[in-house]
Amino acid sequence: MVAATQTIEEQRKWEGSLEQLEGLVSERALTGETMLLNMGPHHPSTHGVLRLLLELDGEEIVSCLPDIGFLHTGIEKSIEDKSYEKAVPLTDRMDYLSPMSNNMAFASAVEKLLDLDVPERGQIIRVICLELARCASHLVWLGTHAIDMGAMSVLLYAFRERERILGMFEMLSGQRMMSSYIRPGGVWRDVPDDFIPTLKQFLHDFPAKVDDYEALLTQNPIWQDRAQGVGVIEPDLALAYGMTGPALRGSGVNWDLRKAQPYSGYETYEFNVPLGEHGDVYDRYLIRVQEFRESMKILNQALSRLERVKGPFRSENRKYCPPLRSELGQSMEAVIHHFKLWTYGYDAPDDEIYHAIESPRGEIGCYIHGTGANKPRRVHFKTPSFMHISALPVMSKGYLLADMVAIIGSVDIVLGDCDR
Amino acid sequence: MEIPAAKDPIQALRDSLDDAVLHVKEFRGETTIVVQPERLLETLDFCRVSAGLVYNMLSDVSAVDYYPNDYGDRFDGEDSDYRPERYGVCYHILSMLYNRRLRVKTFAAEAAPVVPSATAVWPAANWLEREIADMMGIAFAGHPDQRRLLMPEDWHGHPHRRDYPLGKETVAFSFNEEDIRKHKPFAKRQF
Repeated sequence: MVAATQTIEEQRKWEGSLEQLEGLVSERALTGETMLLNMGPHHPSTHGVLRLLLELDGEEIVSCLPDIGFLHTGIEKSIEDKSYEKAVPLTDRMDYLSPMSNNMAFASAVEKLLDLDVPERGQIIRVICLELARCASHLVWLGTHAIDMGAMSVLLYAFRERERILGMFEMLSGQRMMSSYIRPGGVWRDVPDDFIPTLKQFLHDFPAKVDDYEALLTQNPIWQDRAQGVGVIEPDLALAYGMTGPALRGSGVNWDLRKAQPYSGYETYEFNVPLGEHGDVYDRYLIRVQEFRESMKILNQALSRLERVKGPFRSENRKYCPPLRSELGQSMEAVIHHFKLWTYGYDAPDDEIYHAIESPRGEIGCYIHGTGANKPRRVHFKTPSFMHISALPVMSKGYLLADMVAIIGSVDIVLGDCDR
Repeated sequence: MEIPAAKDPIQALRDSLDDAVLHVKEFRGETTIVVQPERLLETLDFCRVSAGLVYNMLSDVSAVDYYPNDYGDRFDGEDSDYRPERYGVCYHILSMLYNRRLRVKTFAAEAAPVVPSATAVWPAANWLEREIADMMGIAFAGHPDQRRLLMPEDWHGHPHRRDYPLGKETVAFSFNEEDIRKHKPFAKRQF
């Protein structure tokens, strides 16, 4: 262990000189033998604003230093100044391709902190939202990943189907993307009447579309050439670098929080967790495509339950969840609760909890430390993109520059998720 | 292969590293153990490798700032009031084998907050600790990469501290852009 003497100010004498990369890049970069190349932050294949400082020997990647923070929006800091309910819209904006998962991570963490119940119908609606979000997010991943590797048309097909999912989110919440629909205690409102037929039609159409994507890519020799044996990461290394989700399962580790630590009633649904063998770009592709089909299974089960289970869609605990609008005209207590909730919010214990859920990208964890009053002391999100970008150097070492594009695409990063 | 029976992490730590554990807390089914900063690496490594524990994955590292005055000598036996110093650093570790989580927490003093880096135990700690060093201003002794992670490298202050106000940055418009740029050392950059 190194002696703990240096303060943060002593450690921080950054002037942006090449010498300060010593130890981070190889010796050869300092003499100019290998080339340092900036990739990004505006490179289209970096899926947002990621800058990679690549050290290249010819076309081969010797080392890679990801530089993030271009999309840092201070969400964690902003939440410290908001009551719990009002922080939900901020969480939408982290992983902007699956806002429902972020809502869910935050809402279920707050529920754990408050010890708040969620009624069964609320849980079923949540599962539907989460699985639709998984499909929507994987569709964007599929389209952009394919276009990065030169298959143009998949993007158009994928976005066509995603549009229908976003349409359903609009039905539910009035918003296509930043829905803030899942809130502490349940969901914002019950599903509208025309939602169930729309979802049924989608579930009927979608499996054939997934077959179409597979017909375009899975057996395509160019796709296989670009994807197989590229970006290989061993299971031990993937675990050591904190990788989760499809990227970890691609290496063959059977770990899905929906199975291992179920939330929102996932233990009652039947579905499989697809696993890879080689830990390469191709396996990660196969897993996400199979997850479309598993999500369809879950959605079908959830839909039949939704038609059967009636009742409240959010907690009846009026200290934490607002009363129905219909109660406001009849009950003075409802008006008081409503006023109190939308002005002050509610108090949460001065203690800490960590809750994690399985987002389309992996484990998204939420650490909340309350103050005993209506605002949190600290909220921290552990996001899968953050961990995956930190593992990029290990995955890309020794591969060609052109493979970097495939590797970035295969771990499915969202920079809003990474930088928060 | 036979899987050894799961052990109680608190008991195992007390047996093997007797005086490392300062405090134990249970809240909503989550266990938190507070250890001395000097014994942190030892504790984490013990949790990772010993049979019956096998916390093989680092889920998250997060830091919390107990500013302004609810740290120090306020401990009155309440679990949540155990806050000997201003900064707390939490290592959330996960055992996939026994499917459980544990929070290992350590405290850092206000004057010169330093905590040993767990990068040698889990490479995943690298960026998580860099983020804390950047945003909370807690130094990690022995960390291999001391650059800032999220904020620009010429940034002053650590935004996630509780005494750092929201909305501090001057927004650059065309009339004040020159003035703001003067304070940025971009001219020195070589790459």
